[in-house]
Amino acid sequence: MRTYSWEEEIPAHQVLAPDGSVVGEWPESLDDERLRSFYRWMVFARRFDQRALTLHRQGRLGTYAPFSGQEAAQIGSFAALEKTDWVFPSYREVAGMMYHGLPPEMALLFSKGHPDAGKVPAELNMLPGKIVIAAQILHAVGAAWACKQRGEDRVASAFFGDGATSQGDFHEALNFAAVFRVPAVFFCQNNQFAISVPVTRQMATPTVAQKAVAYGIEGIRVDGNDVVAVYAAMCRAVARARAGGGPTLVEAVTYRQGPHTTADDPRRYRDPQVHQTWVEALDPIRRLRLCLERRGAWDEAAESAWIREADERIAAAVERAESYPAPDAAEVLFGHVYAEPTPALAAQRAGFLAEQAEGGANGWPGAR
Amino acid sequence: MAQMTMIQAINNALDLELGRDPNVLVFGEDVGKNGGVFRATDGLQAKYGAERVFDTPLAESGIGGLAVGLAIQGFRPVAEIQFFGFVFEVMDQIAGQASRLRYRTNSRFHCPVVFRSPFGGGVKTPEMHADSLEGLFVQTPGVRVVIPSNPYDAKGLLISAIRDNDPVIFLEHMKLYRSMRMEVPEEAYTVPLDQAKVVREGKDLTVIAYGAMVHTALRAAEELANSKGVQAEVIDLRTINPIDIDTIVASIKKTHRAVVVQEAQRQAGAAAEIIAQINEHAIYHLEGPVLRVTPPDTVYPFAQIEDEWIPTPQRVLAGMNKALTV
Ligand SMILES: Cc1ncc(C[n+]2csc(CCOP(=O)(O)OP(=O)(O)O)c2C)c(N)n1
Repeated sequence: MRTYSWEEEIPAHQVLAPDGSVVGEWPESLDDERLRSFYRWMVFARRFDQRALTLHRQGRLGTYAPFSGQEAAQIGSFAALEKTDWVFPSYREVAGMMYHGLPPEMALLFSKGHPDAGKVPAELNMLPGKIVIAAQILHAVGAAWACKQRGEDRVASAFFGDGATSQGDFHEALNFAAVFRVPAVFFCQNNQFAISVPVTRQMATPTVAQKAVAYGIEGIRVDGNDVVAVYAAMCRAVARARAGGGPTLVEAVTYRQGPHTTADDPRRYRDPQVHQTWVEALDPIRRLRLCLERRGAWDEAAESAWIREADERIAAAVERAESYPAPDAAEVLFGHVYAEPTPALAAQRAGFLAEQAEGGANGWPGAR
Repeated sequence: MAQMTMIQAINNALDLELGRDPNVLVFGEDVGKNGGVFRATDGLQAKYGAERVFDTPLAESGIGGLAVGLAIQGFRPVAEIQFFGFVFEVMDQIAGQASRLRYRTNSRFHCPVVFRSPFGGGVKTPEMHADSLEGLFVQTPGVRVVIPSNPYDAKGLLISAIRDNDPVIFLEHMKLYRSMRMEVPEEAYTVPLDQAKVVREGKDLTVIAYGAMVHTALRAAEELANSKGVQAEVIDLRTINPIDIDTIVASIKKTHRAVVVQEAQRQAGAAAEIIAQINEHAIYHLEGPVLRVTPPDTVYPFAQIEDEWIPTPQRVLAGMNKALTV
């Protein structure tokens, strides 16, 4: 009897070793200037993340999901997309979303529970970060199908974590995408944990990438803290999709350095020694800096200028987020339920407005 | 006796039942080492081992289906859905499978599963965490829906739910987790399922509520007594499927007027069912229409405006005043 099993652990594709030396094939399209722009974005993202955590501690921001440690995975992958491509992110993809064009204040409004955080700029084909784990992966398949149907040169991408790969939605998405051979790219940031659950308890396979095999699509496993490798892997996946080659599953092996969200205490489940290795020796920003240094494209003065520039942008974003007009409750509640309000809903809205006019005391809507 | 918050009372109930019955299992996302995102299962894995208290992969349908399979084999799973907004992922396993197991096997098998889940507004959570979705299960034959309003009831009701032989959806309002402490016996005790409780006596008006809205209703009732000397009777339903219509009717026979308060949006929810049953059982005792105080029929709002949406004591008070005059 022939049986089918898979024990092999595919090594993660690497271009930069943790000391910044080049150990893999350099992507053709990547010159020093682009590389420096990745670095500046990663520095900006890290500063933004730290600022957001401080704002939360000061009671100026609601629940926030930090991404520190995942900057290379996010900037490297989003850098391979065109602005016209479709993007279906999760709440974790704030660095990538900002790189793609989301104004940083929108990311803050999202954590402030402001409805306008849902208004992603109209020139971007990007949805707000999905909270429901894995649901967006299927949406990318639908969007990719649409791109294919219309003969467009666009791809649809979905971003999600290692935990998401346990959901039925993930498996359905990969299967649909494979069967329909749509231009979809599935980008999984395997950051080792789904809240407290380690990836080794999430799945019995040694990798996420190998799951692609079962669906008949290509899988790539890449060192997620190596921005060059991530960029190369994502470029390959995007190019395949654009050329009609079908979907790809990319697994970026990375690490969440902070808590799951501001409501989480990672000391309960993390190994301090493993943690230290990821935070220090394997940090993605450090790695890129060492690479730039080797190429003579980094110095202290430039670093200080980039940090200053980042902090100024962040301060301006915080200022805009904090002076952002308060939501118009009636419009937010009632304005976006149906294309046209039903008569019942219109009556409820009228009752709501009357209550507001009377100072909130008429007991709407029970009393009307 | 000890002073306990609701989360402590729930943890205590799980602890006692795991200790009492080897068939009780506790599982879900992050319930093991992490002790649950609200610490409802804190310390239980250390005490009872990872065979009985364990993390599952991240898949609610998986959690629900696993629970049904274990129940078929005689276990009593207490499965946690991390937030009730994610019940949609496990809708089939609850409403399509667990609830019908007894029926489709002619009672050869039954399904003693408890689905525990936090829900409820007013604590500024992200999307899909706060929605009151209990109404979906008020329309589901074969499941019970239990919603405690305080630590004492939470413990006694959860123990009853675990010992019950049918599926129970046990919903824990996040706002109540740590907002109050109460004397709670340290030993196991039960509070009966399917029974409402009169939590404030009054002769002029009946107010029916459950979960966090019990406290909103009680505040409104005090206000009404202080301002007008009118005494409202407040009923805490505790179980909303099935509804304890006898307790409601007994109260209405005395007061002749009623208001139902619900945190869920308005249409076709528990309040609608309660009012329908009052019409069926007590219409001749009523002196006016039974009113509901609810949010509008809109999507659960973004955190910044949730307080504009949820019924407040003022809104309940206005509803009560109206019920007294129509
Ligand atoms: C359907 C669903 N179930 C549960 C949750 C609660 N929850 C939020 S994040 C999370 C872990 C997600 O882990 P992973 O997919 O690895 O992404 P990461 O947060 O690590 O980026 C869980 C269980 C949710 N948001 N949606």
